[in-house]
Amino acid sequence: MVNLTIDGIKVSVPDGSTILQAASEVGIKIPTLCFHPDQSIKANCRVCVCEVEGNRLLQAACAMPVFEGMVVKTRTPKVLDARKTILELILSNHPQDCLNCIRNGNCELQDLAQEYCIRENPFEYKVRGFAKDFSTPSLFRDQDKCILCRRCIEACSVIQSVNALGMEGRGYNSMVVPTLGKALIDSPCVMCGQCIHACPVGAIGEREQIDEFLAAVANPDKVVITQIAPAVRVAIAEEIGMMTGEMPMGTFVQGLRQIGFDYVLHTNFTADLTILEEGNELLKRLKEGGTLPMFTSCSPGWINFCETFYPDLLDNLSTCKSPQQMFGALAKTYWAEKMGIDPSKIYSVSIMPCVAKKFEAARPEMNDSGYQDVDLVLTTREIGRLFRMSGLDFSKLPASDFDSWMGKYTGAAVIFGASGGVMEAALRTVYEVVTGKTLEDVNFVATRGITGIKEATVDLDGTVVKVAIANGLANARKLMEQVRAGESPYHFIEIMACPGGCIGGGGQPITKANVKRVERIEAIYVEDEGLPLRKSHDNPEVKTLYEEFLHEPLGHKSHELLHTHYHAKNKKFL
Amino acid sequence: MAEEMRIVLRNYGKIDPLKIDDYLAQGGYKSLEKARAMNTADLIAEVKKSNLRGRGGAGFNCGMKWSFAAGAQADQKYVICNADEGEPGTYKDRLIMENDPHTLIEGMAICAYAIGATQGYIYLRGEYPFLVSTLNTAINQAKEKGLVKDFDIEVRSGAGAYVCGEETALIESIEGKRGEPRFKPPYPPSEGLWSKPTIVNNVETFANIPVIIEKGADWYASIGNPAYPGTKVFTLTGDINNRTFFEVPTNTTIREIVFQFGGGIPGDKKFKAVQIGGTSGAFIPDALLDTPVAFDSMSAIGATLGSGATFVIDESRDIVDVATRIAGFFEHESCGKCAPCREGTARTAELMEKINEGRGSNKDVTLLEKLGTVMSYSCLCGLGQAAPAPVLTTIKHFKADYEAKFV
Repeated sequence: MVNLTIDGIKVSVPDGSTILQAASEVGIKIPTLCFHPDQSIKANCRVCVCEVEGNRLLQAACAMPVFEGMVVKTRTPKVLDARKTILELILSNHPQDCLNCIRNGNCELQDLAQEYCIRENPFEYKVRGFAKDFSTPSLFRDQDKCILCRRCIEACSVIQSVNALGMEGRGYNSMVVPTLGKALIDSPCVMCGQCIHACPVGAIGEREQIDEFLAAVANPDKVVITQIAPAVRVAIAEEIGMMTGEMPMGTFVQGLRQIGFDYVLHTNFTADLTILEEGNELLKRLKEGGTLPMFTSCSPGWINFCETFYPDLLDNLSTCKSPQQMFGALAKTYWAEKMGIDPSKIYSVSIMPCVAKKFEAARPEMNDSGYQDVDLVLTTREIGRLFRMSGLDFSKLPASDFDSWMGKYTGAAVIFGASGGVMEAALRTVYEVVTGKTLEDVNFVATRGITGIKEATVDLDGTVVKVAIANGLANARKLMEQVRAGESPYHFIEIMACPGGCIGGGGQPITKANVKRVERIEAIYVEDEGLPLRKSHDNPEVKTLYEEFLHEPLGHKSHELLHTHYHAKNKKFL
Repeated sequence: MAEEMRIVLRNYGKIDPLKIDDYLAQGGYKSLEKARAMNTADLIAEVKKSNLRGRGGAGFNCGMKWSFAAGAQADQKYVICNADEGEPGTYKDRLIMENDPHTLIEGMAICAYAIGATQGYIYLRGEYPFLVSTLNTAINQAKEKGLVKDFDIEVRSGAGAYVCGEETALIESIEGKRGEPRFKPPYPPSEGLWSKPTIVNNVETFANIPVIIEKGADWYASIGNPAYPGTKVFTLTGDINNRTFFEVPTNTTIREIVFQFGGGIPGDKKFKAVQIGGTSGAFIPDALLDTPVAFDSMSAIGATLGSGATFVIDESRDIVDVATRIAGFFEHESCGKCAPCREGTARTAELMEKINEGRGSNKDVTLLEKLGTVMSYSCLCGLGQAAPAPVLTTIKHFKADYEAKFV
């Protein structure tokens, strides 16, 4: 332990701690911008500078290690003057359009401008005037707002191993740019949106489509339906000031009806369906000597990654569409028929924790229903905004239930929202299909948690199946390199592009730290535990779907509507 | 009357730099042999005792620095010679490398032995391509003679960025990354190139080493100013009669440099100011010219010794215009990593242009002072910390020149 004094308060912290860590121990908040709790130290914004006795230079609290007898002062006039001047410098070329900004009210720079009472900036206001990048259907970049903290670069390169973002230019002309200064769509960007979470300001955000939704609701010819992804409910609470996981499902459904949805259905329904299709696909590959290991295909960021970096491994991907797209194809066929609704009038909206889903829904091959299968994808954040816009008080809203035929789900579908969930759900079903026995304990805990790579071995009455799970694309890359080298010991691999799985998706409430992702994962398993049915093949509406429409997993209709194929992206710079 | 004393330039003009035998004939590589006969602790103690302080500008005790790298546990250690020499008006390192490359190689090899390194790099200024072959010839000759057989040196050319003279930016550049400084600690002697213990010393520092080993620490420590002993090479530019170089003991005063060695101001003009240490150096008025050039005495007057570049301007020069051009230089050379330097150098240049073009006021000068002061203790590296010095010192000593520009 190291003993030091911060603002006259004695504190003892482990060797190797920084001033920032030591100060937080005694309740002293030091402002930061480039600091990110799950990233490397950058020390480039300099707003965390402090005085260290005996040193003429101010020291960056995020980077400076403590030493025995150190005397730190965090708010002397010299320190406050420096911080304020640095903030003024950053703000002097930062667009002053907070009111129109997607991060208004949730911006680290705005918070500091308030805390440091920045009123009149002595430096001339000069916005750089870059064009915004709207080249992808998932994300936008607003270069003018970038404060060059480089957190997005680290998220993209270290956490995701995608390297779509880097530095260009020098000094005042420094910029964060997509590879070789291209548009984002021409870079290796997989549209996972982890850079959005990393960004302290509004320099990167989702392509907001609230106006399109409102227009559909206002159109009397449209039947607006929705599906909610499993990771949304646990996080939507954070958007409206509740604790993670505290939004009851019934209240959430009522909220969705209030903002204008005619029918509220659930992606969980097709998550259960995915298990039946994908589980049977795995068994078929195992039995008939198909390409192994098989990879899950629910995560569109991961699909983009595989198509970009591992086009030679596309045969390993399960041909199953993601639950969102299975839902889209069925809504305008099976469900429309069952409800007697003209499919051309259905406006299908999915609510997703994900920005890559916006891209996935727009893929040209996703029209097996004869229409665009999913018309619009809204993120959890956008739904949060719609809830706030509609002035709903969720503590008083009466509960409501899902609509029929594609609204029922099991706990196996709920856990799709967390890394390892698809694997666990598949194992719950595959075990019973293969062995014919009832699975007494449905909990495969080895598959759970935020650890980057997890593995498990399951004995299916003599058939030993080895599985692996990766979340975050840098972890996925490790497993892919193994497969490419022909050294993968696994039969089945689950990959989720985002750290922690969908609960940490690029469309979720802005999440600075992994701690928040862990909370959401816990909330997911609480929901699973509380449900009467926890195996996908027990879903009564899925049974009806097979009886009346699909007839069997991997059958003719399934292939037509629920399965897809992949395309190598052939990006030249790779 | 001060006299020139040549230590690092001892072989200047006396030998053919491309002939190792010439260097050997002057006693070259004897110090390396002597050093290798000593145990490393004694060797480092000797360097420490000489009180040789880094000639790159920071003035850190050289032997002390070596002791940190020597004490660090690692499977590989590195010796880097900082030959980036990017300060405008400075060419002392070029003089040494061009005329006596073996003294640099010998100094580096002694350091490598002292800390246990087997690999060295010379990070050569991008504008010195003509020195690549000189250095490689010397390295190969030393190899062929078996003088440095367990120590390899590679010459790496910079690409022209001023900031790569900063030791950690230099290391990043050698690693193939953008030339940007790292935060410190960790310092290079514990974690440097490829995260291994690394000594980065200036050319002039290394050139002192063979002589210190040959003649002893006590001899060296007795030369010049006791707190910063030895000699320093000065390169004179600007409004001065002798636009040339001198190597003088460190107790020489600025006035002696300018008026005795430099021969004073050409024509009938009067001295206005001298900037010492390179572009980031302070402008020094006549009243402070009796200051000795040693590191600490310069610090005491708010100046730096830096690289020893000496830039003189006479009374006919517009000092605000000069400072404006310098501000433009720093805007151009800021790497852009840290906010106060990236934005601050640009704003300084903008405000200086405003004043220089006659659109300024006292308010702008006050803002420049505040901004410069904040930059001097908030920026990530020495570039940003030193960049405001020319502006701050011209405001301090020549305020009237600024006021004369106001509308």
